[in-house]
Amino acid sequence: MVNEEKKEFLIDIKNLKSVYGKNIDSVLALDNISLQIKRGEFLCVLGPSGCGKSTLLKTIAGYIKPTSGTCLMQGESITGPDWHRGVVFQSPTLYPWMNVKENVEFGPKMRGLSENEIKRIRTHFLDQVKLTGFGDKATFELSGGMKQRVALARALANYPQMILMDEPFGALDALTRVNMQSLIRNIWKENNSTFFLITHDIDEALSLGTRVVVLSKRPGRILKEFNVDFTHTILKNNSNHVMYSEKYFKVKNEILDLINNQIEKQH
Amino acid sequence: MDSKKELDIFKKSIKFYKLSFNKRNNQNNNSEKKIKKNKTERLLTIGTWIIILGTWYIITELKLFSTTLVPSPYKVLTTFITILKEGYNNVSLWMHLGASFQRLFIALVLAIVTAIPIGLLSGYFSKIKAIVDSVVEFYRPLPPLAYYTLLILWFGIDNKSKVTLLFLAGFAPIYLACVSAVRKINKDYILSAKSLGASQKSIFFKIVLPACLPEIFTGIRTAVGVSYTTLVSAEMVAATSGIGWMVLDASNFLKSNVIVVGILVMGFTGILIDYGLRYLEKKIVFWKGHV
Ligand SMILES: Nc1ncnc2c1ncn2[C@@H]1O[C@H](COP(=O)(O)OP(=O)(O)O)[C@@H](O)[C@H]1O
Ligand SMILES: [Mg+2]
Repeated sequence: MVNEEKKEFLIDIKNLKSVYGKNIDSVLALDNISLQIKRGEFLCVLGPSGCGKSTLLKTIAGYIKPTSGTCLMQGESITGPDWHRGVVFQSPTLYPWMNVKENVEFGPKMRGLSENEIKRIRTHFLDQVKLTGFGDKATFELSGGMKQRVALARALANYPQMILMDEPFGALDALTRVNMQSLIRNIWKENNSTFFLITHDIDEALSLGTRVVVLSKRPGRILKEFNVDFTHTILKNNSNHVMYSEKYFKVKNEILDLINNQIEKQH
Repeated sequence: MDSKKELDIFKKSIKFYKLSFNKRNNQNNNSEKKIKKNKTERLLTIGTWIIILGTWYIITELKLFSTTLVPSPYKVLTTFITILKEGYNNVSLWMHLGASFQRLFIALVLAIVTAIPIGLLSGYFSKIKAIVDSVVEFYRPLPPLAYYTLLILWFGIDNKSKVTLLFLAGFAPIYLACVSAVRKINKDYILSAKSLGASQKSIFFKIVLPACLPEIFTGIRTAVGVSYTTLVSAEMVAATSGIGWMVLDASNFLKSNVIVVGILVMGFTGILIDYGLRYLEKKIVFWKGHV
């Protein structure tokens, strides 16, 4: 019974503390983080630079182990990276010795799927990120936005339980960003998937997330969580940007105050 | 929407962005500075060679030195043609070159197939590095001819000692390139591969090895260069065949024209080998310089 309850959450983080290094040189990156992520959620994480956002993502991805506390996925401790949690990095880590197609196929190939299945998956996800016809291109021929879309398709190709993204659009220009955001929103809806996205852009968080978590300055603690549904409104209206409303500005203002307070304390 | 509120938000946003961007401004601006060999530089290169050859021609034409010491370009050309036709000491030029290249080839293949795995493993596992590194670091700066004498004592004067010598000369640069390549590899390549479900073995062959290829190639090119010069010197110390031996033998009989032919042949084959390697590099490591 207890186990069933736990499985209600896809990710269940309890009292997570994360320390880099040892003794005098140690850095306390995260402290006392408790966070649950439900299936189908789009969770956005905001926080001042260096507060431990990436550390949180790396912990969920399985790249680093919690110093104390637990990080469970479907009730089981996360012991290392695996294909159930797809990761999209800040700068795309496409393999330049493989073309676009081979990059997208990498995950399914590693899992030993059949040729046909691999081909079907590749076609489907290249289509989903709007890169049909780019399969044979070398990765270094693509623009920044295209690269990030290939990276996304590559992560999606494994049908992971969730996708983790660390400031994936940070290096893109404003227009490309907006396009990427609606692409992600549509994919999230269409695939019924779970997203965990780190950003430093409050508008991005509010226009994509179903929940926005604001972290304090280092050591990162959860300051406040906001349940929002602007992304649903956008989907319903079939537009690709937020309809600015009283409610929107109220939330945005509150988040700005929270973060600015944190930064002021630092100085 | 009342504009005062918007302005307020705008101000706060700016403040927030400024601060959150503080740590992010070290992104490298990928300005591809491709060094194009433009016309002036090409002309300078050609001009330099015209001057060198011209000076050579004039010196011999004016008979400033005896022809035994400085053969004329014409004499060198005819000697080259004769050697090409009749060989040197009744052995054809191709046999001499073949003998040299056989040694070089065997030694380099041995160096490549051993240095790459050992180097990559050394980069991967610091315990293996602890075993191999100091040995390589010790013998690498030694002049190869210093331990060549020892190798002759152990393996005799013919091929075995030379191949061993060239192997040792070629091993170090490839090994060192591999170690440094693994150390420099983008860690996110490996992490992303793990998150895509790759096994340790796949990561090694599909990610680490290709990621290291550009540096491995640089290492191989260095190795070929080092081995080639070592080969020629080794043949000049002790040999019974080979292009280096031809030069050595000619010097015993003061045949300076043959010496110059030998040197030119060595120079051109050296350039040709490097050219071939660069061509291969472009084909195999096509992404080099694009990442
Ligand atoms: N590998 C590491 N070793 C030591 N300190 C680290 C390491 N990675 C991150 N840190 C430190 O931990 C803190 C949080 O880092 P990070 O999670 O990357 O922050 P964010 O992503 O929010 O900018 C920072 O102060 C950073 O300097
Ligand atoms: Mg970060």
